[in-house]
Amino acid sequence: MNESTAKRTLTNEDLAIEVKGMHKWYGEFHVLKDINLTIKRGERIIICGPSGCGKSTLIRCLNRLEVHQKGEIWVDGIELNDDLKHIEKIRKDIGMVFQQFNLFPHLTVLENCCLAPIWVLKQPRRQAEAAAMRYLERVKIPDQADKYPGQLSGGQQQRVAIARSLCMNPNIMLFDEPTSALDPEMIKEVLDVMVDLANEGMTMLCVTHEMGFAKTVADRVIFMDSGEIIEENDPESFFSNPQSDRTKLFLSQIL
Amino acid sequence: MIVHTPHPNLPPPSTSVGIIGWIRKNLFSSPLNSVLTLCALYIIFKYVPPMIRWTLLDANWAGSTRDACTNDGACWVFIKVRFHQFMFGFYPASEYWRVILAFGLIGALIAYLLIERTPKKSWVAAFTIFVYPIIAFFLFYGGLGLPVVETYKWGGLMLTLILATIGMFFALPFGIILALGRRSSMPIPKALSVVFIELWRGVPLITVLFMSSVMLPLFMPEELRIDKLARALIGISLFQSAYMAEVIRGGLQALPKGQMEAADALGLSYRQAMSLIILPQALKTVIPGIVNTFIELFKDTTLVLIIGLMDLLSIVQSAFADPKWLGFSVEGYVFAGLLYWIFCFSMSQYSQRLERKLHTGHKR
Ligand SMILES: Nc1ncnc2c1ncn2[C@@H]1O[C@H](COP(=O)(O)OP(=O)(O)O)[C@@H](O)[C@H]1O
Ligand SMILES: [Mg+2]
Repeated sequence: MNESTAKRTLTNEDLAIEVKGMHKWYGEFHVLKDINLTIKRGERIIICGPSGCGKSTLIRCLNRLEVHQKGEIWVDGIELNDDLKHIEKIRKDIGMVFQQFNLFPHLTVLENCCLAPIWVLKQPRRQAEAAAMRYLERVKIPDQADKYPGQLSGGQQQRVAIARSLCMNPNIMLFDEPTSALDPEMIKEVLDVMVDLANEGMTMLCVTHEMGFAKTVADRVIFMDSGEIIEENDPESFFSNPQSDRTKLFLSQIL
Repeated sequence: MIVHTPHPNLPPPSTSVGIIGWIRKNLFSSPLNSVLTLCALYIIFKYVPPMIRWTLLDANWAGSTRDACTNDGACWVFIKVRFHQFMFGFYPASEYWRVILAFGLIGALIAYLLIERTPKKSWVAAFTIFVYPIIAFFLFYGGLGLPVVETYKWGGLMLTLILATIGMFFALPFGIILALGRRSSMPIPKALSVVFIELWRGVPLITVLFMSSVMLPLFMPEELRIDKLARALIGISLFQSAYMAEVIRGGLQALPKGQMEAADALGLSYRQAMSLIILPQALKTVIPGIVNTFIELFKDTTLVLIIGLMDLLSIVQSAFADPKWLGFSVEGYVFAGLLYWIFCFSMSQYSQRLERKLHTGHKR
C-alpha cells in the first residue's frame, strides 16, 4: 500500500528530495520551522548559516538520524516515516559524510569501505573489495587500504569516509561540514574530491562555509538562520546580491 | 659567511647508558627516590631470604607421614599426602581420568583459539561453545556408560575451575545483553535490565548463595529440587552478569555517538551495528574491567564454602582438622594461595597481551 501511495505522489521522476512544511523540536526547542525544499536529481545544493541555526539537524533529518515531528520528507519517491522498510531503503540510497569523519577505528580502511556493501547489500567479499579499491583510487589513497584510520591524516580520513559512502552506490550524498575539522593544508584535497564528484553528476547537499567551493560547484545556495530557510538563490546572485539583512550580515562576517 | 659542517653521530655519554646509567636514572634520580630505593632494599634483604629459607631451603619434601617433618621450614609432605583430594575432592580415584580428559580438552580448545592464525577458528569456537559442554557434562557427571559421580563428591581445584569457567561462560553474554538492554530506548527491556542489575548488585554474593541453597528449597516443591551445585552456579552466574553488565555499559558509554550514526547512515541494522561496530570497540576498551570481573569471580567461588561445597580453599581448610596433621595450616594456605595466584595472574597477563594486540593506533 505504501508503495502505491509513493508512486502517486511522485509527481516528478526527476525529484531526488522533497521536504514539505517540515518542523522539528528538541523537547520544547523549535529547531526547524516550516522547511520547504525541493532538490532535483543531479542538483548541487550548498547550505550555510550561522552556527546552531539547524543546518546539521536539517540534513540529519533527511536520512532519519533525527526524527521530524511535522510535515513530510520524500526521498527518491519514498516517504520517510516510522516504517522501518522505508528508512532502510532511503539509507541505502543516501550517503553521508560527517564533520568528525566517524570512521570505524577497529577496522582497516578497506574493511571500513567493504563493511556495508557486504552486510547490507550482500555483495560477495571479493566484489566488494574490488569496488572499494576503485573508490579508494578515486579519492587517491589506494596505497593506504591496509592501514587503520588512526594512522592517517585528517584529510586522508575524510577521503576514506567519502569513499566508504560511495561504496554503497548512493544516488544522493549529504555532507555535514566535511572540512571544518581539518587543518588548512588538507582542506583542498577533500574539496578536490568533492568537486570531482559534483562534476560526475552526483546529487549533493553540502553544509559548508567554503565559499569558493560553493561558487564552483553549487547550483543553489540556501541560507538558514534560527531554524528557518531565509534565502535561496543561485551562487552568483547569492554572493553578489543578497536580499535579506541577515544574509548580508552573515556574508560580511565570513567573507 | 657560515658554512654548515654535518655533525657525526656520537655514542651517548657513558653515564646515561648501561647498568650504571639505568640505576642512576631510575633508582637515584632524586633524594626522595634514593631514600625509597634504600628502604626497599632493606625490606627485601630482611624478609625475602627467610621466606625462601622457609618455603624451599629448610622445607621437608620427602616422606609420607607427619614424622617426616623434621626440618625448621615448611612441611610440603602434608600437601603431597593430600594432593589428590585437593585436586579432585572425593571424586573416585578410578575416574580421575575423566576429569583430566575434560580439562585437557578445554585447555587444548582454548589454547587453539588463543593462538594466532590457527585455521578454522570459527568452527572450533562453535564446537567449544555448543558441543564441548555436552561432552564435559557426561565426563564429569557420568552417563552414556560411564558410572555416575554425584556432584557432592566433586571438590578441590576441579570444583573451583568448574564454578569459575561456567560462571564466566554465562556472565559475559548475559552481561552484554543486560548492558544493551539498559541502554535500549524501549522502556520494557530497559526497566527489566535496570531492575535486574540493581537487584543483584545490591546483595552480597554470600546472601545469594545462602538463599539459593537454604531458602529456595523451602519454596520449591519436592520434585522440582535442583542440584545444589547447579543452584550455586546459577546464583554465581546471575550475580556476576550484573557486574559484567555495568563494566560493559561503561565501554558502550565511552564510544563516541558518531560511531552509531555512521553505522545507521550506512544502512546497517541494529544487530549488525552492535555486533560489527559497537561491541567490538566497547568490549576492547573494557578488557581490563572484564578480566577484573573474571578474576573476582574466580576468587569469589571460595564463598561456596558456606553452603557446604568443597572447593579448593574449603577442602584445604577441612584437611587442617585431620588429627594426624594438626598445625599445618600455613602450608595449606600458601599452597591454595599459590594456585589461585597462578590462575588469576595468567588471566591478567593474557588480558594485557590482548590489549596490545588489539591496539590499532587510533588513540593518540
Ligand atoms: N540532541 C539535541 N538536543 C537538544 N538540542 C540540540 C540537539 N542537537 C542540536 N541541538 C540544538 O539545536 C540547534 C541546531 O543545532 P545544529 O543543527 O547542530 O546546528 P548547526 O549545524 O547549524 O550548527 C542548536 O541550537 C543546538 O544547540
Ligand atoms: Mg552542524
